Amino acid sequence: MLGEDSTPHPQERSRREQSEDPEFLQLLDPSGQRVARPELDRWLADVDGEGGARVLAGLYEDMVVIRRIDMEATALQRQGELALWPPLLGQEAAQIGSGRALRQDDFVFSSYRENGVAYCRGVNLNEILRVWRGNASSGWDPFEINMATPQIIIGAQTLHSVGYAMGIQFDGADSVALAYFGDGATSEGDVSESMVFAASYQAPVLFFCQNNHWAISEPVTLQTHITLAERAGGFGIPHVRVDGNDVLAVLAATREALDRARQGGGPSFIEAVTYRMGPHTTADDPTRYRDANELEDWAAKDPILRLEKHLESRGLLTQELRERVAAKSDEVAGVVRNGVITMPEPEAMDVFKHVYATPNSWLSRQEDHYRRYLAQFEHHGASAAGHVSGGQH
Amino acid sequence: MIKVFKLPDLGEGLTESEVVAWKVSPGQSVELNQIIAEVETAKAVVELPSPFTGTISALHAEPGTVVGVGEPLVSFDIEGADDDAVLASGHAPAKREANLVGYGAIVEKDGRPARRARGPVPASEAAPVVTAVVEDALAVVPDAVQERPRSTPPVRKLAKDLGVDLTQVTGTGQRGLITREDVNASASGTAAESVPVPSAVDGVRESRTPIKGVRKHTAAAMVASAFTAPQVSEFLTVDVTESMELLARLKANRAFAGLKLTPLTLVAKAVLIALGNNPTLNTRWDEAAQEIVQFHYVNLGIAAATPRGLTVPNIKDAQGLSLKELAVALAELAENARAAKTTPAELNGGTFTITNIGVFGIDAGTPMLYPGEAGILAVGAVRRQPWEHRGEIALRQVMTLSVSFDHRLVDGEQGSRFLADVGSILSDPGMVLTMI
Repeated sequence: MLGEDSTPHPQERSRREQSEDPEFLQLLDPSGQRVARPELDRWLADVDGEGGARVLAGLYEDMVVIRRIDMEATALQRQGELALWPPLLGQEAAQIGSGRALRQDDFVFSSYRENGVAYCRGVNLNEILRVWRGNASSGWDPFEINMATPQIIIGAQTLHSVGYAMGIQFDGADSVALAYFGDGATSEGDVSESMVFAASYQAPVLFFCQNNHWAISEPVTLQTHITLAERAGGFGIPHVRVDGNDVLAVLAATREALDRARQGGGPSFIEAVTYRMGPHTTADDPTRYRDANELEDWAAKDPILRLEKHLESRGLLTQELRERVAAKSDEVAGVVRNGVITMPEPEAMDVFKHVYATPNSWLSRQEDHYRRYLAQFEHHGASAAGHVSGGQH
Repeated sequence: MIKVFKLPDLGEGLTESEVVAWKVSPGQSVELNQIIAEVETAKAVVELPSPFTGTISALHAEPGTVVGVGEPLVSFDIEGADDDAVLASGHAPAKREANLVGYGAIVEKDGRPARRARGPVPASEAAPVVTAVVEDALAVVPDAVQERPRSTPPVRKLAKDLGVDLTQVTGTGQRGLITREDVNASASGTAAESVPVPSAVDGVRESRTPIKGVRKHTAAAMVASAFTAPQVSEFLTVDVTESMELLARLKANRAFAGLKLTPLTLVAKAVLIALGNNPTLNTRWDEAAQEIVQFHYVNLGIAAATPRGLTVPNIKDAQGLSLKELAVALAELAENARAAKTTPAELNGGTFTITNIGVFGIDAGTPMLYPGEAGILAVGAVRRQPWEHRGEIALRQVMTLSVSFDHRLVDGEQGSRFLADVGSILSDPGMVLTMI
């Protein structure tokens, strides 16, 4: 804001330097131009080769569709159909670029924001939102899509992923466990502990950190004085910092890390530098703590816009592609919406299901008490009981 | 067919929201997910997307009114859909107290719902230990809290469904217990009552606005200023004709093309030069440390009226800025303030403030110090007035400068010299040569 020859106040200067992002690997710049990076380019033979147009169109479609799912879910929350929703707006490239690099036998352990990754894993669209409506304690069967249900405890899933990766080692398989977490999670003990074990056992695990710059209202500059990727170096884990709004850079970096793990090269850490353009959840108001200018700056780096520009510059953004992607988005949004508003309400006694795998006397006693309590409500039956028993999220 | 959309819980555990603005009006057709309203909860201002495709048939709340979760907000006319059997009674469901996530559970102040013993209880269920715990919990409840009307959970549920306020019901059961019959009787009596109509704006003799946001912040800052710093004000009226001529010449100068140059730009520059010669005006009283802090830089605050109220963003390290850079910085600061894009960093760390009351056509006033600063200058309007000029009366452009300073830090002599310096630069810009 000041003239170039002015000398900023010392405090001001250090703050500015901190907020500026150090170097990261980029293959598509914000104007959509392909940048050459030999160390990453070698992982994109399919993108740069013969059928590249189809691969790019696929990535584009995925990103547009998950943004649409996300916006539909946000709208459903505002319409009272969901209790809560954690938007992924702005993080589409980080989620699709990594999610599309996976093999079916890899296993994902995510936080609550990786609904785009769940989409890549082939989750039933009706199941994504079940938890967020409060109709079930979990959304899907983890073993159907090889992705654990979202972890709400910040960073805890990194431990699960390392445990799973050690299991892969014992099995002698070449699949990989992925832990998705955010910048805030890196301040949690669980994440450090899991990196210790991953490095010690050289477990086939990929730590995929989406640095979206905000841990609810805490900026990432308060969490660390070095890049998050550099932290992994302290554990002896190979690490890379990529532009998380560049789907090609994310795809290439993820492929490289997965390959390392499959070859017995142990864990890797990817910091995908992206931005949470929406609120932390639908119950949050980012304007209370976030500078409007910052959001504007990041809007200019929008991951979908960037891929569009790239496709356009190569003459690939055809009317046919646009229409196909729009139709697919509409269709998916319709399925998601219909699935939510027609979802059967759970019965009051369902809370006792899935607590233990085998009968348990203490639980049976509670169940019996609760059944008799509900019986007091006469005609109002299960809905009244649902109200009385329903806790807050 | 009419569908009624009731206000959902927009956050986690919210009980009400205020309608800020409607984006649609009755009769208008809307698409699914089209934004129809802006509402403010205890957590955020959010946009409401339409849950239906159809026509707006009624808006149930005026902007500015608070609507409870579950109360009708807007009705839609949708072809082919069944009518909602809501609305007729207009009764709001019983209110819950907001329990925001992250603020901990609300302590039940009015006792636990009394479990009604139904017939003989098996011995294994008597559970005396549990009973004792419940009674202990009751014992610590403060007496001052009004007791919730005595009833049972099924009856409370019935009352909620029927929209009956239990505090208005007299219980006929044991020890004043409100029974199912009491609620039913009350419901049939109240159902005929009409919906209370919000009082019309006309004829309202006073209205109340909660003290919050920028207003609250400004008030706190001004009270802190008034009761911590003994303030002295001084005034000086000067002939600024030569400055105005200089301004006209600069505007014509190519180097300043496209820049917004105003009397404030020159005043700001004059203040920066005068602060260099009178550094005591650029200090801070540190009560805690019992020290006077002398700033060797000037973060120049500019009071700005914004849509949200008064804010005072400051230009960092303004002392080193050329006139051109200062003009750019002032324009940027005004632009950000207008667009409500001022960053917290821009609002902190000011060392001296200028407030431009001239834009409102005002000549002079006693500005209040911004807390933590030693001086503030109010700039009056530039007026053509008869004025003594070279021994004669002439029509000259005249402006009044009002300065307030913290008398703990600044003596009358220093304050006066500062004001005289600013005045002499503005009345004779060439005087700058004697000061730098």
